[in-house]
Amino acid sequence: MEKRVTFRGWLLPLCLIAPQVLVSAIFFFYPAGQAIWQSLFIPDPFGLSMQYVGLGNFEYLLSDPYYRASFVTTAIFSLLVTVVSMVPALFLAVVADRLIKGAGAYRTMLIWPYAVAPAIAGVLWLFMFNTRVGVVSWYLGHLGYDWNHVLNGGEAMGLVVVASAWGRISYNFLFFFAALQAVPKSVIEAAAIDGARFWRRFWTIVLPLLSPTTFFLLVVNVVYAFFETFGVIHTITSGGPQQTTTILVYKVFSDGFVGQDLGSSAAQSVILLVVVGALTIFQFKFVERRVHY
Amino acid sequence: MKRSTIGTLAVASTLLTPIAVSAQTEVHFWHAFTGRLGELVAAQVEEFNASQDDYVVVQSHKGNYSETLNAGIAAFRAQEQPHILMVFEVGTATMMAADGATRPVHEVMAQSGAEFRPDAYIGAVNGYYTTTDGDMLSLPFNASTPVLWVNRDAFEAAGVDPDMDLSTWQNVGEALTALQDGGSECPLVTAWQSWIHLENFSAYHDVPFATQDNGFAGLDTELVLNGEAQVAHLTAMGEWAQEGKFIYTGRRNEGGANFRAGECALFTESSAGYAGISSEAEFDFDVRPLPYWEGVGNAPQNTIIGGASLWVMEGHEDDEYTGAGEFLSFLSSSDVQASWHQNTGYLPITAEASDATRLSGFYEDNVGTEIAVLQMTANEPTANSKGLRLGSFDQIRGIIDEELEAIWAGDKSAQEAMDSAVERGNPLLRRFEQANR
Repeated sequence: MEKRVTFRGWLLPLCLIAPQVLVSAIFFFYPAGQAIWQSLFIPDPFGLSMQYVGLGNFEYLLSDPYYRASFVTTAIFSLLVTVVSMVPALFLAVVADRLIKGAGAYRTMLIWPYAVAPAIAGVLWLFMFNTRVGVVSWYLGHLGYDWNHVLNGGEAMGLVVVASAWGRISYNFLFFFAALQAVPKSVIEAAAIDGARFWRRFWTIVLPLLSPTTFFLLVVNVVYAFFETFGVIHTITSGGPQQTTTILVYKVFSDGFVGQDLGSSAAQSVILLVVVGALTIFQFKFVERRVHY
Repeated sequence: MKRSTIGTLAVASTLLTPIAVSAQTEVHFWHAFTGRLGELVAAQVEEFNASQDDYVVVQSHKGNYSETLNAGIAAFRAQEQPHILMVFEVGTATMMAADGATRPVHEVMAQSGAEFRPDAYIGAVNGYYTTTDGDMLSLPFNASTPVLWVNRDAFEAAGVDPDMDLSTWQNVGEALTALQDGGSECPLVTAWQSWIHLENFSAYHDVPFATQDNGFAGLDTELVLNGEAQVAHLTAMGEWAQEGKFIYTGRRNEGGANFRAGECALFTESSAGYAGISSEAEFDFDVRPLPYWEGVGNAPQNTIIGGASLWVMEGHEDDEYTGAGEFLSFLSSSDVQASWHQNTGYLPITAEASDATRLSGFYEDNVGTEIAVLQMTANEPTANSKGLRLGSFDQIRGIIDEELEAIWAGDKSAQEAMDSAVERGNPLLRRFEQANR
């Protein structure tokens, strides 16, 4: 017997899918198409005139060593943000899952930071680590460590990673927590009867069962690190010192909106689109093989 | 995708601006001032609105200088531009190249019939915003020039005579050593490092910052800020940074907080720092001319301005331009200018306002406030000290900031850093040239 629910006729399915198609077309395909079109020109900021340069914008970008270096910066940054936001989230979810009393309160508190907008999170962290009035930098000073993310690239990177990952921990926590609740108790009990301790059960049973969630979060977090973190970077470091925190999307923003160089900015969006597309395909082709549904 | 969002936001916030009376012609004015300066701008607008019944100026704050310029550009592309847009001096070349997006102030004034005498404006100020034929393109609004701020109490605490001669960097260098020996943890701090220690430094020593008269003579200009004089200065600053005599706090005016809190002894900052310092500082302070290196170039030549001017945007009705002209004329009037100058430390834009301030005895009561005016107008500007007119200059400043940070951190020598700034900045100038051919 056919188990799938099928529609009779075409009209209803088309109507149901239309809003999503429309939204994608207006907010994704149209702007993306425009970006590709614009990347072939050098326009003036006001949109009064533009000159066709073919692939000139791409040539200009790829011959810039700082732009090439920003790929590496982006890779490091995304990797760190993904790890720093996922590992603590998983840990917290596992711990919260075992709670018996006050679980609701803990959960709410752990989800809270997600409500803070990236730019505001950036300002919060900036305040704590401000070289002059920051609480944390003051304590570090007392411990004999001279914190100065304004000049030290490593510290700047650390700070933007933590500030970007912080709010994300809540988001990831939410998904891990829900996934943990869905792990069948009977499997775990069976393992416990067989004498498996907590961590062994975690590694051999829980973690593999969580893999669809982990994979989903991996994709989503990488995309987040690539695209949505520029608010944090803008407020904390503006890409400095010496471009050590200039990730690709921040350069798109700063060339386009600070430098008014829309041709270069559009070309960078196109490159970014290709990079993230390739990365997502890679993830689905190779990482997903290890996922058990 | 992002651009249209910002455009929409800009438009939405304009629509949300409270509109008091709708029968009068509205003139929208977008600016970048907050805090005390924002209040002063709002007061000027209110005074203008109260002074006549035909026009209502609606002022809105659009973020910092860069953000205000972006909001204006995005709004223009969405055909929702304000009548008057504040653009910082760095955006001047961008605006000048945008024929068709802006209406020159001299035309607006001629059309509106408002009082306008081009010769009333101080040359060193409006030269930055005037064509080579002498036509004013934008109205200088807030213009300042860098000076040296001295915390007298910090000098005394370190056992250094606060009245010592600080007119040359040689002397300042000695002072920094003495201050550090006397226990000062922050002998020198700066704001706007590129503007003060490169752009103004070059003008003050009469050495070029870029070819083609710093961009005044053509778009085919190239950076030459890796010259001997600049490198020597930055080498000294780099050494001071390594020795803990110069404390780096950030690219904009972050250092102001350190100075106003009394932590730092010397502060190179705009003369417009006056508003904040005079209201917050709980110590005796002094204003001195910006130091120069004795024997380098033709120092002291004259310093150049920073700040912003008001551009009138194209695409509005005739009577709205008349209103805009009236408002600009009001802003240039002697009383408004004199009080603006006295309240903020910005330079007066007309000679009349300057004279009125002098006659009122303000300079005697507020020692040092005249320094900026004198320093700007001391000598007839040369090709190297008229100002800068470089495209993509906001980005070039960003590059310079990065390279300067490399010097302060000890990662690069001054020569390496400036060579790299030139190498990275020139392609941006070429792109600007190409975009505005």
